[in-house]
Amino acid sequence: MNVNRKILASSIALAAASLAPLAAQAAQAAQAAVSDDKIVIGYMDDMNGTYSDLAGPGGLTAIEMAIEDFGGEVNGVPIELISADHRNDPAVASNLAREWMDQDSVDMITGLNASSVAIAVSKLVEQSNKFAMVTTAAADSITGEHCTPNHVHWVYDTFAVSDAAARAMVEQGGESWFLMSSDYAFGHAMEAAVENAVVESGGTIAGKIRHPFPTDDFSSYMLQAQGSGAQIIGLASAGKDLVNAINTAYQFGVPQGGQTLASLMVFITDMKSIGLDVAQGTQFVTGWYWNMDEQSREWAERFQQRVGRMPTMVQAGDYSAVTHYLKAIEATGSDDPAEVRAYLLENPIEDFFSRNGRLREDGRMVHDMYLAQVKAPTDSTGEWDLFEILATIPAEEAFRPLEESRCDLVSN
Amino acid sequence: MTMIFGVPLAVFMGQLMLGLINGAFYALLSLGLAVIFGLLKIVNFAHGAMYMLGAFSALLGLQHLGLNYWAALLIAPLLVAGVGMLIERVLLRRIAHLDHLYGLLLTFGLALIFEGTLINFFGVSGSSYPTPAALQGGMNLGFMFLPTYRGWVLVAALVVCLATWYIIERTRLGAYLRAGTENPALMQAFGVNVPQLITLTYGFGVALAAFAGVLAAPLYPVSPTMGANLLIVVFAVVVIGGMGSILGAVATGLSMGLIEGLTKVYYPEAANTVIFLVMILVLMLRPAGLFGKEA
Repeated sequence: MNVNRKILASSIALAAASLAPLAAQAAQAAQAAVSDDKIVIGYMDDMNGTYSDLAGPGGLTAIEMAIEDFGGEVNGVPIELISADHRNDPAVASNLAREWMDQDSVDMITGLNASSVAIAVSKLVEQSNKFAMVTTAAADSITGEHCTPNHVHWVYDTFAVSDAAARAMVEQGGESWFLMSSDYAFGHAMEAAVENAVVESGGTIAGKIRHPFPTDDFSSYMLQAQGSGAQIIGLASAGKDLVNAINTAYQFGVPQGGQTLASLMVFITDMKSIGLDVAQGTQFVTGWYWNMDEQSREWAERFQQRVGRMPTMVQAGDYSAVTHYLKAIEATGSDDPAEVRAYLLENPIEDFFSRNGRLREDGRMVHDMYLAQVKAPTDSTGEWDLFEILATIPAEEAFRPLEESRCDLVSN
Repeated sequence: MTMIFGVPLAVFMGQLMLGLINGAFYALLSLGLAVIFGLLKIVNFAHGAMYMLGAFSALLGLQHLGLNYWAALLIAPLLVAGVGMLIERVLLRRIAHLDHLYGLLLTFGLALIFEGTLINFFGVSGSSYPTPAALQGGMNLGFMFLPTYRGWVLVAALVVCLATWYIIERTRLGAYLRAGTENPALMQAFGVNVPQLITLTYGFGVALAAFAGVLAAPLYPVSPTMGANLLIVVFAVVVIGGMGSILGAVATGLSMGLIEGLTKVYYPEAANTVIFLVMILVLMLRPAGLFGKEA
């Protein structure tokens, strides 16, 4: 008993002794402009799973490019980058985020694919007063009821990619809808957004089904959608799940039978995988396309040289988000989240990715979105020549209006 | 319209049909696992990877050599059987005398290596494999539109399952196999080359997985992770049926496909877990599995 107490006492003393210098460092850091004399960016994403092609390792390369283009340092302070695979699991992601912020002095966490992950990590970032830039996750609740002063949402969201598309389809006569969604935060948010848009524009919801995430076999769900007789089958799934769902629909003769598939969240990697034969004619809303103008092409070709394929909108957005984060630190001389956010709120966000972009008080970065269509095989001139941009949706119309926000940072 | 528990009869029948088709896949895969475990006592966690390699061989064969589907159905299993036999000779044989756990870990490691390597080259989204021309289109069964290819999968899988069961349970070769694993020393004394028999059996088991892989290629995107997702379900099927029981693997495979199909109609959110619920129930009530012999 006595020995145990001695050990306990001495280990407490040791722990205290080892913490003391840390406390001193922290006190110093508070005075210095940039904490720890370095900027550490943590990229956390799905590196091997369902979403790894559309974000994953390609996103990491995009961020490396952003840091290199910045010269590897801001105001003489070096920029470090660390990365990890969270396997789309909020628990894994939360542990990583804590470790990064507590032990590795990470200042900003980005990527954050899967909405469940983004929501979990943004709460932790708020507690530790660090910063997060959500690029890959889609749920619009990330800057709705889950908004915090410490994170922003950069590329797109479920509202932006589904609202305008659903309304347009109802207006063109697609009045009855069957919704098939991924059973987690993203699918739920998308389902709500589409249902709202369809009902508001005079359509009806003939049925809904939620499939487990991820799913390989969609035949059962597709059979139910087919049986519903709805004119439009809205697919609120992404990545490999979406590819699977569309392929299954063709096998069961769903589009051939006159029902229209509405793919609401489309990435170039998914359409490449499905192939133009099946995917041609699909209309969707996207935040960016590599071949939309000279600026975009230039960056995309640099990316392709390194990665071997063209970037998706989120990979382009990763570059954009990190670049603007570094610009904010350069201009304010501080990596304090409040100062970074204030800078981003005040300055326009324009680059090869974002047109007419600005950050709103709920943390949503709004920018022009685009209505696009998958090309027919005969119109495609190259391996990655897959989409045609049909129209631009102006930034102010593309995203959920601030008046409807459920974010408590917004003074409604 | 006639309703069954709130679902139209046509939809219900359609789901049963789909469940049967998925069940045929489970049966084919768990059959290979059961053969390998029943005869060699190896818990083959590389089985999913072998299934995936089967599908990939078909895809790459088509893209680079113009190998058509029917040829792939024959060649891919042979190719993968070769890989399997090499693995058995070089790796599994060395740990055969150790606890089952070592074989499990070794094959699990192999599976991760195969998957990781292919992810590196092909990404995870996968590529599609065209449905062979002769099996395109579908037929109207009245209650559903059945794609011809899925009908073919059901028939092909069932025929292979029955043939395997017949070979192992009803022929002289099967008798040798069973005897060779029960009492290798005695069989060796009779002049049977037991180590060779074991290598061939492992090769045959993984060839079944590769065959299932080729069957699956036109249905699901051919991707490096396709086996990993299926493997856990297939293991649950084998446990429910009784480790090593050939009949158990086939019967349980089909019935689990049906149960999963019905869950998708009535409570889709639970479709991925229902088989594991059944597994827990079976393990509690009959630990050796439904068709297993009590140890």
